[in-house]
Amino acid sequence: MQLPAVDDVSFEVKKGELFGLIGPDGAGKTSIFRILTTLLLAEHGSAWVDGFEVIRDYREIRKIVGYMPGKFSLYPDLTVAENLNFFATVFGTTVKDNYELIKDIYVQIEPFKDRRAGKLSGGMKQKLALCCALIHKPSVLFLDEPTTGVDPVSRKEFWEMLNRLRMQGITILVSTPYMDEATRCDRIALLHNGKILSIDTPENMIKSYPEQLYAIKADQMYLLIKSLRKYPEVLDCYAFGEYAHVSFKIPFEEYLLEAYLGAEGLSGIEIKPTAATIEDYFIKLLKT
Amino acid sequence: MKETVIKTDQLSKRFGSFIAVDAISFEVQKGEIFGFLGANGAGKTTAMRMLCGLSVPSSGTAAIAGFDIYKKTEEIKRNIGYMSQKFSLYEDLTVLENISFFAGIYGLSNSAIKEKSEALITRLGLQKEVKKLVGELPLGWKQKLSFSVAVLHEPKIVFLDEPTGGVDPVTRRQFWDLIYEASEKGITVFVTTHYMDEAEYCDRISIMVDGRISALDSPSALKTQFKAATMDEVFYELARGAKRGD
Repeated sequence: MQLPAVDDVSFEVKKGELFGLIGPDGAGKTSIFRILTTLLLAEHGSAWVDGFEVIRDYREIRKIVGYMPGKFSLYPDLTVAENLNFFATVFGTTVKDNYELIKDIYVQIEPFKDRRAGKLSGGMKQKLALCCALIHKPSVLFLDEPTTGVDPVSRKEFWEMLNRLRMQGITILVSTPYMDEATRCDRIALLHNGKILSIDTPENMIKSYPEQLYAIKADQMYLLIKSLRKYPEVLDCYAFGEYAHVSFKIPFEEYLLEAYLGAEGLSGIEIKPTAATIEDYFIKLLKT
Repeated sequence: MKETVIKTDQLSKRFGSFIAVDAISFEVQKGEIFGFLGANGAGKTTAMRMLCGLSVPSSGTAAIAGFDIYKKTEEIKRNIGYMSQKFSLYEDLTVLENISFFAGIYGLSNSAIKEKSEALITRLGLQKEVKKLVGELPLGWKQKLSFSVAVLHEPKIVFLDEPTGGVDPVTRRQFWDLIYEASEKGITVFVTTHYMDEAEYCDRISIMVDGRISALDSPSALKTQFKAATMDEVFYELARGAKRGD
């Protein structure tokens, strides 16, 4: 069985936008990036990057985009400084010319500038890769899953770096499997099995969530979820951090639900309305 | 009666002058879901390799499923299950072949293999896929199958190394249903994750920073201790002081 990796995908990104492709592994994020950076040919359809067509004008596109692939792709046996100089030279510029753009990030790895890139820690490699993708001052920056497998502290730092780059006017396309990173983007496309399920600002997506969601907590999560799934008025229910997120088919009586959960053997019950998140919205789309 | 299935005392691993794991001491009870968190480079993988009997500690003691971590590594391997995001199943064997292969490795009899693989296939709803190559399955199904195979021999403990990385949010929750089921059967689940919402699903969690265990308790107790609203904040509070990366 052959499945298309990217299936009839249409979207536009505005100049200066921070645009997120959000979806699990196998959704098609990397293939889209590879098509847009002219590294992979699409079977049909067309695409433009900064006014250039991906097939006809591939040489132009390669000059104006910065691309940070998901897999570390710098030269492991060149030092930090050598890698950066190499990429600057290939693009016909110098580190000095565009130093302002990378300064914030580069100062963090500068103490290690004579270390070979292969010997850097994961977080340092990531920062160097970002510097190398930026050194020719690209008009569009493609970042393929820069935060995958990265711990929450480093993820937060990385998004703060992206935000500063956005302030400098660079258009950024970034992909991630982490739903909680979606709200950091101006607009996002939710991807699954090669298709765009939805495309909008994170705020609009959250606003369009059709039901009122409730956050319900009790002392035993698994028993809580199993009990809620048996409750006739429940439409959907799943774990969401310390709470279960629950939607109902019809308005429910809180005291009846609480009594039911108590009879199931649960204690410490808390029921409150809650706002939907991008993850709730994505779950909804996957289930419908 | 509580039954301790993992017990470590001052367990350490040094590589030259680098102390990857620095005198960690903790206990995990039977049937517990134990979250093993930490920043990149904190020493989680090294610690987990020692607990699985794959790496000899530099000092300290530990017993896994009652077996000494220095002398009884083969017994440890027989009594645990393991899955990671990277290594799970053989892509060019079918679903059924993978199940039979791993069950055979763990010494299950032919009749037990038949019975257990049928139950597993029914539980996962894979009836139509039994003859498909595992490489053709979507990632989420692979991960669920891989977990089920890791607990097929009913180990005392199953070690899961970032089992849900890159998996969609619906499948991620189905995966946790499997974890809860295993725990109800008395299998201890030892799991690492970068998803902080998943930390909330654990009975207790430890957070490693620079080779040491900096905090260990239930998610609610940790939030109280660090005056934090979410586990994300607890993690941030602890891990931002980390000196080393991976």
